[in-house]
Amino acid sequence: MKEKGWKECLWGGLIVDAGNSVLYKTGDWRSQRPIRDEQKCTDCLQCWIMCPDAAIKVKDGKIVGIDYDYCKGCGICCKVCPFDAIEMKEEGEK
Amino acid sequence: MSEKKKMRATIPEEEYMFPGTVDCQGCGAAYAMRLALKALGPKTMVVIPACCWSIIAGPFPTSALKMPIYHTAFETAAAVASGVKAGLSIREKEATVLAWAGDGGTFDIGVQSLSAAAERNEDFIYVCYDNEAYMNTGIQRSSATPWGAWTTTTPRKHPKDRPKKNMMEIMAAHRIPYAASATVGHPEDFVRKLKKAREIRGTRFFHVLATCPTGWRSPPELMLEVPRLAVETCVFPLYEIDNGVYSISKKPKEKLPVTEYLKVQGRFRHLTDQQIQYIQEHVDETWELLLKKEKLGRLF
Ligand SMILES: Cc1ncc(C[n+]2csc(CCOP(=O)(O)OP(=O)(O)O)c2C)c(N)n1
Ligand code: SF4
Ligand code: SF4
Ligand code: SF4
Ligand SMILES: [Mg+2]
Repeated sequence: MKEKGWKECLWGGLIVDAGNSVLYKTGDWRSQRPIRDEQKCTDCLQCWIMCPDAAIKVKDGKIVGIDYDYCKGCGICCKVCPFDAIEMKEEGEK
Repeated sequence: MSEKKKMRATIPEEEYMFPGTVDCQGCGAAYAMRLALKALGPKTMVVIPACCWSIIAGPFPTSALKMPIYHTAFETAAAVASGVKAGLSIREKEATVLAWAGDGGTFDIGVQSLSAAAERNEDFIYVCYDNEAYMNTGIQRSSATPWGAWTTTTPRKHPKDRPKKNMMEIMAAHRIPYAASATVGHPEDFVRKLKKAREIRGTRFFHVLATCPTGWRSPPELMLEVPRLAVETCVFPLYEIDNGVYSISKKPKEKLPVTEYLKVQGRFRHLTDQQIQYIQEHVDETWELLLKKEKLGRLF
């Protein structure tokens, strides 16, 4: 992400692009990766509700994937899944 | 399962908090905001004093929320929220003003401006996300740190020797229309209370227990589990004070011993059996008192 110089910043430290936090990819922090088993998943959405990083993607009431650009690997989704459909794997592990 | 099904229906789908936030893995404070904005909706303005959220909201020049944020000095959340609301009123604009502060910014340094605003019954929602220490500056004790806990300023040999300040009672003493406790382990309860508070005018106060895996030395994946244990052991009761009437939101079917809550957190690892007994007695007394207050009906 390109840093702005002080001349390019707005007066008063204003930030006008709401939501530009997405420019920072927290996925790099992860040491464990959640893997979802589509066969076991019932789309109950528990993991989506409880992910603190809004890294579980939902479309029309169904899970469409985990956003590894932002997922920090906290393991909450794996812990709360009532159907054991999410497994945490060490990063780099096959 | 039935409880879980219900939850899906009560948590609004719209997201107002973007990812890319720099909070630690499994941060309860971050999760609390995600839920709060879902409950309050797009017509919300957020005031944040110095705390972990100053940085979670985005290091300059980034912002993680869809709504306007006003970053302000540590002690001023309630004063600034009063001003923002006054500005909106003059311009005849409708919006929910949400002051969002940590326990240090609420129980300690911000208590003066909060008390003054509550006495004037300023029209805003004030949420204190309580991680029970000054986390952003490196886990120093606050007046919200519980008795016996380790922090970097209350080391294991000299853990905190004073009880946690009762902020809900302090707010109730101002006779504000609504005060509620909540935790990040009970998302549906928190969302319900916020939706209710949104429709009330005047000062509305929330005390939210927000897991901090970094400062509590608890595993990040237990972010929801730890505060649930706090409620099941009655260490942190869930209740509302609605126009002077106390009502307990969740009474444990079987009250668990406090050790169940303490043992999952490294910050309590050093406690002796005698110290744990002391905590148990204090928790029992406070819980009994709350049960009595609930029976008394309208108190103010
Ligand atoms: C007047 C003043 N004193 C000290 C600080 C340094 N400071 C910034 S955040 C913080 C701790 C905040 O603790 P709390 O309100 O509990 O929020 P948390 O960091 O735990 O989320 C401190 C001491 C400051 N910003 N301003
Ligand atoms: S591991 Fe944590 S951050 Fe990643 S998807 Fe699961 S809950 Fe979200
Ligand atoms: S909690 Fe488990 S079953 Fe439910 S949607 Fe997530 S992965 Fe699927
Ligand atoms: S120190 Fe605690 S409250 Fe602060 S970002 Fe980390 S987990 Fe959240
Ligand atoms: Mg704090």
